[in-house]
Amino acid sequence: MSVSPESLRLQMRGISKRYPGCLANDRIDLNIQPGEIHALLGENGAGKSTLMKIIYGVTQPDSGEIVWRGKPVKMRDPAMARSLGIGMVFQHFSLFETLTVAENIALAMGRAAGTPKQLEGRIREVSQRYGMALEPERLVHSLSIGERQRVEIVRCLMQDIELLILDEPTSVLTPQEADELFATLRRLAAEGCSILFISHKLGEVRALCHGATVLRGGKVSGHCVPRDCSDLELARLMVGDAEGLESTYAKVQGGEHFLQVNELSWENADPFGTSLRAINLEVRSGEIVGIAGVAGNGQDELLAMLSGEQLLHKRDAASIRFAGEPVANLRPDARRKLGLAFVPAERLGHGAVPDMSLSDNALLTAFQQGLVSNGLIKRNKVVAFAEEIIRRFAVKTPDAETPAGSLSGGNLQKFILGREIMQKPKLLVAAHPTWGVDVGAAAAIHRALIALRDAGAAILVISEDLDELFQICDRIGALSSGKLSALTDTPSTCQVEVGRWMAGEFGANPSPIDQAAANPAPLS
Amino acid sequence: MLLSLEPRGQQSRAMLWLSPVLAAVLTLISGSLLFLALGHDPLETLHTLLIAPLSDWYGVSELLVKALPILLCALGLAVAYQARIWNIGAEGQLLIGALAGSAVAVNIIDWESQWALALVIISGIVAGAAWGGLTAWLRTQFNANEILTSIMLNYIALNLLLFFVHGALKDPAGYNFPESAMFGDASRLPVLSEDGRVHAGLYFALLALVAVWVLLHKSFLGFQVKVLGLDRRAAGFVGFREKRLVWFALLVSGGLAGLAGVGEVAGPIGQLVPQVSPGYGYAAITVAFLGRLNPIGIVFSSLLMALLYLGGENAQMNMNLPQAITQLFQGMMLFFLLACDVLIMYRPRLKAGLFKRSSAAVSNEAAV
Repeated sequence: MSVSPESLRLQMRGISKRYPGCLANDRIDLNIQPGEIHALLGENGAGKSTLMKIIYGVTQPDSGEIVWRGKPVKMRDPAMARSLGIGMVFQHFSLFETLTVAENIALAMGRAAGTPKQLEGRIREVSQRYGMALEPERLVHSLSIGERQRVEIVRCLMQDIELLILDEPTSVLTPQEADELFATLRRLAAEGCSILFISHKLGEVRALCHGATVLRGGKVSGHCVPRDCSDLELARLMVGDAEGLESTYAKVQGGEHFLQVNELSWENADPFGTSLRAINLEVRSGEIVGIAGVAGNGQDELLAMLSGEQLLHKRDAASIRFAGEPVANLRPDARRKLGLAFVPAERLGHGAVPDMSLSDNALLTAFQQGLVSNGLIKRNKVVAFAEEIIRRFAVKTPDAETPAGSLSGGNLQKFILGREIMQKPKLLVAAHPTWGVDVGAAAAIHRALIALRDAGAAILVISEDLDELFQICDRIGALSSGKLSALTDTPSTCQVEVGRWMAGEFGANPSPIDQAAANPAPLS
Repeated sequence: MLLSLEPRGQQSRAMLWLSPVLAAVLTLISGSLLFLALGHDPLETLHTLLIAPLSDWYGVSELLVKALPILLCALGLAVAYQARIWNIGAEGQLLIGALAGSAVAVNIIDWESQWALALVIISGIVAGAAWGGLTAWLRTQFNANEILTSIMLNYIALNLLLFFVHGALKDPAGYNFPESAMFGDASRLPVLSEDGRVHAGLYFALLALVAVWVLLHKSFLGFQVKVLGLDRRAAGFVGFREKRLVWFALLVSGGLAGLAGVGEVAGPIGQLVPQVSPGYGYAAITVAFLGRLNPIGIVFSSLLMALLYLGGENAQMNMNLPQAITQLFQGMMLFFLLACDVLIMYRPRLKAGLFKRSSAAVSNEAAV
């Protein structure tokens, strides 16, 4: 691209940043033009976060130059970045849940901007102008994740903004919400605001962005126009080798029922939680069943029921059965003895203890695999087991004594999944197995799941990623408000139909579409 | 110039062990300044406080005598603290151990069998464990905060002890002094050497040291305790039983504190008196953290704490300094340790230039 530096909104030249043990950014160049939606693509650990923190003044580069509207600047801190017109929406929102939308925005903007009451009018105006419905008086804790994200964006837009940085903004949104966000972003760009859009979802980058800079291992691996590239080409830039990236897996029928969930209902005492309503579900050995759904529709509750974190009374024990045996009143360790393995939704703090080493984390769930005798830990066996996981599942880590919290998301997920698979489970329940995981690791995780299926295990995957479910699942259903749709063979349905199930359009009767097809409405 | 803290990203192993050393050095410096302000020569005072007590074998043996109860309490606390169960009740558990041991001992003064000692010791351990168990029960049954309940139980324990030492357990032949009768020889912990007061409680302490070390570093039970402490949800998802582990940690911690208490009355004191403990149970909290909740580290920190007790007495006798010096040093030590521990996760950095930050910058960065 031959553009004179003066006409660029932001130019970064030769940015390098070294952290102890790794070169996070290695001589990175990045140009963003006014009104451009520019994608920053890369796997986890490729250096995207470091680069955007440098732009926003959170960290300082070791070398290199930032040129803002033709003038070199030294970005001291976020306050300076904001005063130049740079706004940023982080993946984890920084909102106070007990305050209202207006109070949160007033807090962030400082005293000079006025009181929350004074701001309400402008908040309404900005949110309407960009098509982001938002009520300033509402308390943040009552907002959905998508609405909270709007608060963050509106907060940025309240100031004169010339560059908006969004870190993986769609990872928390439903497809519909993401489309609304894209419309907003396009309008913003049309008004001349530049947008730096960080993502690893190739489809949305191609749909939204004008230009892209791809990072790999801290270096720029290429600049491109996403619209003119295929997913495969983009993925190759991101991960280098593209083995298995585009795989389709054969669908199978499965054998005996292993997991049977029968009329499972559960009243959630938490007013913010979801109650489960008469869930019926069975997973056969040797098949993968997928459950789609927008977060908060009962996924966490169903998972807790299956893992044994939430126990049912003995009289309801038969509402969950493993190979015919009632288990709904059994604790997690007893269920593991019967062949359950479990990958929770949150890697850190649930699936793994961040401050413990990988070998301790291997012991965490595999303690029934002969790693403990007479109450004492067989340290050699534990380390050997952990090293075997690291080797077989290509986990990138210095050694088995590294704390789990220091691994990248994808690597830790490979480790957790490997830990469960190595225990040769008869049933694997995996929640969001590739959430926040880069393309390369996601492909490896999918291959491992398919291999486990082909080895005869029953697998249940709960995910919000429809592409993923359609790629790996043999049968599919969706959760909505604590109710589960009927399961259907994946090849005989489509994303649109599953999307309707996610919105709750299913029931004992055939869906309205089928009904319409069966008895065409009489023309009046 | 502005001093700021930058997150390290992961904890620094070096600072993990340097922090207690740094805390000790800072305590010494602040102590010296304090002595200077009080008009004492700092070097001479520090010598009286920290070096003079160890100038002879008797001093060293006194150090061990003082270190034993602190070590036992701190070992127990380390188990509870590893599970993030903040038992502040070692003092009360120690007092109840002493009380129960004494109640048994004064009733079997005439026994000459070896079982007398065993009975006294076991009743002390059981009573301490039961007192810790009260906290466990309140926590698991009613979800009552163990910090509050264990502190309150300390006062109950102290008043129970005073009630009995002024009443039922008072020596009838003791001229109405609030003291029990001296225990029979068979229920006393034998002294190990002629020229000192080091007693057989040393063996118990060594045994407890090994047991706690094995528990925390080798056993699966200790692993479960640590997982519970670090990450309750992870413990739940693999089926570790939280309530049982809470009970276990508080019973162990109470039992060891009870052993410390009964070791005092059956050891150096030989009877029940109102002042069984000069706050060993509280000192043990500092000691447990100073020793990084690691049994070996705790050995060193309890010796240091015992030295402060000895030195405090020494300074009181020789230099007319108040006994409160000991508590002051304990407090400073804990304070500096907690302050220095920040450096485990953060690295200090000097920033050139002073500039004002808007409130937005602060709120946003705090969230990053």
